[in-house]
Amino acid sequence: MGSIDFSWLIGGPQGSGVESGANVFSKVCAEMGYHVFGKREFYSNIKGEHSYFTVRVSDQKIHSNVNDVTLMASFDAETIFRHFDEVAAGGGIVYDSDLEKTTTDDVPTLDDYFKERLHKFLESKNKPFTIPGVLEIAKEKGVHLYPVSFKGLLADLSEKTQNPKLRGLVRMYNVLGVSLSLGIIQMPVASLLRSLDSIFAKKPLVAEINKQAAIFSHDYATEKFVGFSHSLSGNKKEPDTILVQGHFGTAMGKMVSGCRFQSYYPITPASDESVYLESHELLEVKNDRPGSTLVIQTEDEISAMGMMIGASLTGVRASTSTSGPGFALMAEALGWAGINEVPIVITLYQRSGPSTGLPTRHGQDDLLFAVHAGHGDFPKIVYASGDIEESFYDTGRCFNYSDIFQIPVIHMMDKFLSSSVVTCKRFDPQKITIDRGQLLEKTDGEYKRFAFTDSGISPRSRLGLDNGIFWNTGDESDEYGHITEDPQVRIKMMDKRMSRLDLVLKQISQDEQVVSFGVHDYTVISWGSTKGPIIDAIELLKKEGINIGFIQIKLLHPFPADYVKSLLKDAKTIIDIEANHSAQLGKLYNQNVLGDIDYYILKYTGRGMTSTEIYDSLKKIVQNKANKREILSHGA
Amino acid sequence: MALKLADYKTDVHNDWCPGCGDFGIVNALQMALAEMGIQRDKAVIFSGIGCSGKTSHYINTYGIHTLHGRVLTFAQGAKLSNPNLTVVAVGGDGDGLGIGAGHFVAAGRRNIDMTYIVFDNGVYGLTKGQASPTLKLGEKTKSLPTPNTNYNVNPIGLAVTSGFTFVARGYSYDVRHLKDLIVKAVNHKGLSFLDVLQPCPTYNDINTRDWYAGVDLAKESMERHSRIYKLEDTGFDPVVHVAEEAEVNEKMAQALIKSLEWGNSIPTGIFYQNEIVSPYSERMIDKIPNYLENPPSVQNISQNGLPTTDISKLLDSLQV
Repeated sequence: MGSIDFSWLIGGPQGSGVESGANVFSKVCAEMGYHVFGKREFYSNIKGEHSYFTVRVSDQKIHSNVNDVTLMASFDAETIFRHFDEVAAGGGIVYDSDLEKTTTDDVPTLDDYFKERLHKFLESKNKPFTIPGVLEIAKEKGVHLYPVSFKGLLADLSEKTQNPKLRGLVRMYNVLGVSLSLGIIQMPVASLLRSLDSIFAKKPLVAEINKQAAIFSHDYATEKFVGFSHSLSGNKKEPDTILVQGHFGTAMGKMVSGCRFQSYYPITPASDESVYLESHELLEVKNDRPGSTLVIQTEDEISAMGMMIGASLTGVRASTSTSGPGFALMAEALGWAGINEVPIVITLYQRSGPSTGLPTRHGQDDLLFAVHAGHGDFPKIVYASGDIEESFYDTGRCFNYSDIFQIPVIHMMDKFLSSSVVTCKRFDPQKITIDRGQLLEKTDGEYKRFAFTDSGISPRSRLGLDNGIFWNTGDESDEYGHITEDPQVRIKMMDKRMSRLDLVLKQISQDEQVVSFGVHDYTVISWGSTKGPIIDAIELLKKEGINIGFIQIKLLHPFPADYVKSLLKDAKTIIDIEANHSAQLGKLYNQNVLGDIDYYILKYTGRGMTSTEIYDSLKKIVQNKANKREILSHGA
Repeated sequence: MALKLADYKTDVHNDWCPGCGDFGIVNALQMALAEMGIQRDKAVIFSGIGCSGKTSHYINTYGIHTLHGRVLTFAQGAKLSNPNLTVVAVGGDGDGLGIGAGHFVAAGRRNIDMTYIVFDNGVYGLTKGQASPTLKLGEKTKSLPTPNTNYNVNPIGLAVTSGFTFVARGYSYDVRHLKDLIVKAVNHKGLSFLDVLQPCPTYNDINTRDWYAGVDLAKESMERHSRIYKLEDTGFDPVVHVAEEAEVNEKMAQALIKSLEWGNSIPTGIFYQNEIVSPYSERMIDKIPNYLENPPSVQNISQNGLPTTDISKLLDSLQV
């Protein structure tokens, strides 16, 4: 990596402004020209449980988090107890000095399993179960401690500004934490003030108070905490850089692709996308009157699916967004869309299963479920994005695929992507094309919706089209769409529908199916959001003279077996990396390529992979010291 | 070109049992479409699963035969996307009030301008006569091994309290009256519900055509005494005339009381009608002013294969 590789962690109880603090920090770093990779971790809880945000900042392009934290800003004891050990030698911890008497038993949200592990560790180091106990360990490791009385700081500020309201204003702690951190790393205060202005643009009074607090604590840190070895005073800004949240990619992709109907039922981590779409439901359209996205919150995911199909039947590009439990409810109607050749796009933001699982945590557990979802044989596409920037363009592809092949498309996303905040190249809408396939604008004479054709695809009418009447049914049907149980028609209809799978493999360009980052003796195969940490880990190894290949499989169903096989022909050791227990891509690979996987690197703690973890495991594999299944576990 | 009744019929073989009440409903629906002169390619019949699900194949308009219990979801999605369509959803009482009951309630709350007709016969016919949601507690139709152990759903009452703004009941052997009700339901601005009593000659041996006709009562009184009567013949006024809570409550309450009448006297006709409640499209217009002129189905999304949606302002706001 570059000369600057800095990881900042902010933690606190849910609802205390951890996320907005991290957003301010990310924005400041991005505006100062750095690359940013941020990720949020939180409990399934509204208020009180521990949440944290790590923001990695670099002067080079980065794609992942790392294990080591450089500077931690905490305004509660739990953050210190849970994360003190992640801070690397030479790093720092900003903490509230008023917590110096706090013991582990004083923190009700520290669960027994964690406490037991922590106590054992503290015992082994001969330290008390207190904040000073853990901080001593950090100090012995070479971590700088930056004690600040947050209460005192606010009292001083309140006195200085003669604003008694500031005294004891706990919800300002996040701004204090951010400003102190930025002071320690010598980030100029001006950018912080701009960032606060833009965040509180609609509340000038709040902005003013926050800015006062920011200047005051930034000054405090620059004065008192000198000599921190990491300084981030600014970098050359790359043009056309945006700072985006995880769900922006698919949401904006949908707007640009012409998705005009989205139905959804609230579920973590998918609903942010729908809410974003509804927040921006009015659309500007070039040389035309304003357009709009109709976003409908339904009574359940079954209804979301039915409404989306109904919308699509009128010729509208329609979509839903959900997560595993919701997708489970959609399976029946998915088959209906399949047999009726209805184009739909399901954006599947995976989380950890099974069942409710770890509802706010990451997982890539639903690949095989997506591939096999729905009863009976029908064609569908399962397509996965590797990062937020990709997800914007992939959304456009998914709509084209579904229109061209008249089949459902499941666009695989996940919690790792949805709760990331990253800098990337500004999305270019003109790189998205719109191909509606054989959607008819008019019909003359007799029309058969499911006419047998040479290509296997029938011209598609839409509800309301003049002379375009057709019938749909979940039963097997004839060319008009009327029910039939005739065995010969059944064969022709099944063959017609299923022939789409071959068409997909033939017509979708290979670079859209699989992305190769090079193939070497050791080559990684993976899919989805593991892309970022894999790229960064491989880059690190390359610097040590170890070359590892990587192919990212985006089209997962139908599986591009021949192409994958040809890409991997020179690879000697295949390593499958996935965030699930059973190595689901590995299974697809076994089935389709008829090859073996040599090593698996898997993680199913619900926390995303870091590039550090992958680096460590890959190194072990190369050194022949690895287990067949390397199981990762980093992250609180 | 004026359309005739025959234009609304397909030549698909109808495989309902002889004497099935469904015939009356499909005839009434075709007659209503013809009377209103609705263009065939501007109407969509959505249907659920079961005998009634086949209805969409017998009518020569767009016809979408959906999934068990889900017909309202498909229908609403289509109507929302293309508000110019005339949308009629049909399904059995098991479909709409059993497996689909959640959608029934949610649809009422939205009040989208379309019509939902329930073929109400008290049994699951196509799976050989199990008890369906409208069968009374303790009744034993001929294929039930033991009497029904569930209390019945009150379709009219559920519709009124869920937010349907037109709630009526028809009888499948009074086709003209049913046709009139369908015309009124379709013309109503908002979500209409039509509960159609429809004897299943094969599996429901309790609520038969003769039973509705009161043949058993006639034996006692020595004169013919139909159980079915029309609310309109009694001077019943179902309409909410003014936007006042007291008026709405009164009309709802009288509809609920009427909905509980059963046994020897079964009301048909309109129970409740409220055009003061905003249809869903108006709620959309509050958010999207040109929704009706430029709904999803007519929006242009591309020019020469390139998108025309301009998100540059959104992207500018993210630019660092």
